Parts: sequence; structure tokens; C-alpha cells
Amino acid sequence: MVALTYGAAVGATLPLLFILGHLLVQGATSINVDFFTRLGPNPGEAGGGMGNAIVGTLVIVAIAGAIGLPIGIGSGLYLAERRDSRLANLVRFLADVLNGLPSIIIGIFAWQVLVRPVGHFSALAGGIALGAMMIPLVSRTTEEMILLVPVALREAALALGYTRWRTSLAIVLRTALPGIVTGALVAIARIAGETAPLLFTAFGNQFWSFTLDQPIAALPLQIYVYAISPYDDWHRLAWAGALVLIGVVFAISLAARAATRSRLGSSGD
Amino acid sequence: MRTRDLDAYFGATHAVRGVSLDLVDGDVTAVIGPSGCGKSTLLRCLNRMHETVPNARVEGEVHLDGRDIYARGVNPIAVRRRIGMVFQRPTPFPTMSVRDNVAAGLKVAEDGMPGRAAVNDIVEAALQRAALWDEVKDRLTSSATALSGGQQQRLCIARAIATRPAVLLLDEPTASLDPLSTQKVEELVYELRREITVVIVTHNMQQAARVSDTTAFMLMGELIEAAPTRALFTSPRDQRTEAYITGRFG
Repeated sequence: MVALTYGAAVGATLPLLFILGHLLVQGATSINVDFFTRLGPNPGEAGGGMGNAIVGTLVIVAIAGAIGLPIGIGSGLYLAERRDSRLANLVRFLADVLNGLPSIIIGIFAWQVLVRPVGHFSALAGGIALGAMMIPLVSRTTEEMILLVPVALREAALALGYTRWRTSLAIVLRTALPGIVTGALVAIARIAGETAPLLFTAFGNQFWSFTLDQPIAALPLQIYVYAISPYDDWHRLAWAGALVLIGVVFAISLAARAATRSRLGSSGD
Repeated sequence: MRTRDLDAYFGATHAVRGVSLDLVDGDVTAVIGPSGCGKSTLLRCLNRMHETVPNARVEGEVHLDGRDIYARGVNPIAVRRRIGMVFQRPTPFPTMSVRDNVAAGLKVAEDGMPGRAAVNDIVEAALQRAALWDEVKDRLTSSATALSGGQQQRLCIARAIATRPAVLLLDEPTASLDPLSTQKVEELVYELRREITVVIVTHNMQQAARVSDTTAFMLMGELIEAAPTRALFTSPRDQRTEAYITGRFG
């Protein structure tokens, strides 16, 4: 029995190790300065890169963060402060439902309300779709982190003559901040690799684009386009793009762990 | 400060029953009684903290400088700014330095935050009065959570008195401290007499006898008797007080 669980534990790490190893072998050789700064090559040409897709992903994630972080943190604060109110229970339930929605459904919905009325795909629609996905992730981690703050701290601030909202922001939210930052980073890492919601919203773009109301490239979309193409050079770029994407997600995860550690380190005693 | 016919409830639970208690200005008043007798709840009614708990409710009057703090139109926030409170367990704000913890109440002062130099002076004075200055003067900018439990509690007292409140409420302030730290806090309470009106809730009768001028004994939500401390411990008027202080229950 013990041997079986050991085996299962090893098995749990194997997929990641295989994927990482394969990506390193296939993609590492194509990663160079050009990869980060140039557009994709014409079919049949060598060289080129995914600079526009990297910028596109940054733009879309920035829009998603601008929507998902304030709404997610704000609603998480509300859920923690009004824990047992009927509205809080409803919001919490709906956030869990939203969290469980397949991401392609969020994409279709964003297409219906943000793309079809204006008649074209846009970076903004992609960012909003991913922002909607971020909200429940950030909201629930924010709520959990705030509930970890001892009631005694809140009372100490109230007893000093702090108003309720000032207590929430300056003491409770501030104390929970490292955990909230961790949750935000995990949410960003999670949505940065999303592909399905972007298919009908950001759509992808072979060229540089910095305008929010135009289609924009994104790493996952570009990987998909290159991977299903018949050209070997494009395949190599797709592998390299996958390696960069996984590297970015990995880096964000490490940052999240560092943020968590600094919180544990500073709690004293 | 005095209370008149004060009742406090948690939902249907009647935790404080018709308490009328006079607190002499500049005196230390100890409130003693067995666990669950309502002494902490009474204390929390004095700075309108009781009502911050869901379903909690207060009836009756509490007068501070002749005005009822429960009168219509009185802002509980303003009341709490005039009355300091220290809790059973130390509650330093973990994200703030030692200095910023002591200055935390000044940030919400009625007439605005004083200038930086003035804040530094106030912080030093408060830490001196809390007998903590010599121990922390070289680490004012480090995190308050690095202090020992006893130091943290004295820091909380410094934080509470930095705003020069009229009254200081102490809710079993030494319950989580070792004997040496307890002694320091008790000395501190004794030092603060005359400058500030102190109410200390304690389940430790020796502590009440050591630090207070007046002692009030509570049982099942009621104030049984309040008397000069020496008189209460040597010649209690009520049988129940006598039974409690001689250790027959509680």
C-alpha cells in the first residue's frame, strides 16, 4: 500500500516533468532575441519570433487585471465583512458558479455582448473575458485571507476610534495584503494561459497591435495557430512560445510563493 | 464617569443587568467576578464597543463628563477616541512599526494628525509612560510583532494613552502574560492613577487588591457591591461578595 502511494506520488510529478523536458528540447533552441522582438515569419521563411503575441498577452492580462483585481478584492472584502448576510451568501454562491464555468462559455458570452454589437474582435473584449474569469478567483482568496486576520485586531482599531471602513482598509486589508497578493498572482498565472475565451474575443493578429479596439495577438492563440500549421519553422516557434508561456506562469507562481513566505516570516512570534 | 441602570444583551442573553456604577476621576476601579459574570461586557459598554458585535444591544445610560454617551446623536467613534482600551491578548498591528503602532490613534485624532516631530514626541512620551521606551528606543522602526508578549501589551497601553484619553479600559490585560510582565503592567496601572481614570477587569483578586482604589464585584450580570478596595476585601457587606473573595465559589 505504501509503495503504491509512493508510486502515485511520483506519478503525480511525471506529467509536468515530461512536458517541461519536451518543451526544453523542442523549444529552447528557438528562443533568442528575435523571438521576443520580431513578428512571425512568412510561411517557409526561417527566423522571426512572437514579439507581438507576447505584447498582446501583456496587454490582455493588464486589462483583465484592471477589471478583475479591484472587483475581486472589493467583493472579497465585502464577503468577509458581511459574512452571513443574504447578499453575501448569494454573491459567494454565484462567484463559485462563475469559477466553475467552462472558459469557452465565458468566451462565447463575451463574443455575444462585446464583439458582435461592434462587428469586430478586440483586445478589450479579450481582456474583459479574462477579467471576468479572474473576479471569482480573486474574490474568494481575498475573503479567505481577510478571515484569517484576528477579530482582535479589528476591535483594537475600532477601540482607537477608527471608522468601520478605515478599520477594514488600513488594518484588516493591509494585514491580509500579502495573502491577497499571492491570490492575485495565482489568478493572473491561471488566466495568462487561457486560450478558449480569446478565440472569439481577441482573436489573434499576425501583426503588431497596440489598439484596444482591434484584434490582438496572444501567446496561447499564436501557439495554436503555429502548431496546427504545416510549416516546420512555425512548429519550432510554437514550441518556443509554449516554453515562454510556461516560464512566465512558473515565474508568477514563484513570485506568489515568495509573497506567501514573506507573510509567514513577518507574522512574528 | 458613571453608569445608570445599564443593561446589555447578546441576542436574548441578558449579560449585564441594571448596573449603576460610579467611577471616580483619576481612580483605578477594578471589576472582579467569576467567568461569565458580565464584567467584560460591562467594560465594553463604557466605550460603545459592545454594540459592534452582531445582535448586541445596550440600554441605560453611561455618563462621561456629565453627558450620556448613549444619547441620540452621539457618535460612537468620537466616544472611542476619548476612551482607550486594552484587550486580554496583545493586539499590535502586525504591518506597522513600533512607532507607527503608538501613533495609530493619532492618525484619526479629532483635530487632525499632528506634525511628524510632534508625533515623535508624543510616541516617546507614551512609551516612557508605558515603561517601554528604554527597551524599544533603538528599534522604533522595526515590526511590533518582534516584541515579546509583555512588551506588546505595554505597547498596546502606550498606543491607548498616546491620544490622551479621559478613561482607560483594561480587559484582563495580564491574562496572557508571565508573572514578570504582569508585575510591570500592574506598576504601570498604578503609575497612571491621578492622570487618567482606569477601569480594569480582572479575575485575579490579588491583582484587584494591588492596583485599585475601588473594587466592584459582579455576579451573573448584576453589580453586587462596589466599595473602596480595602473595605471590600476586609469587610464586604454582601454575603455573596464574601463567599467569592474567600474562595467559596468562582
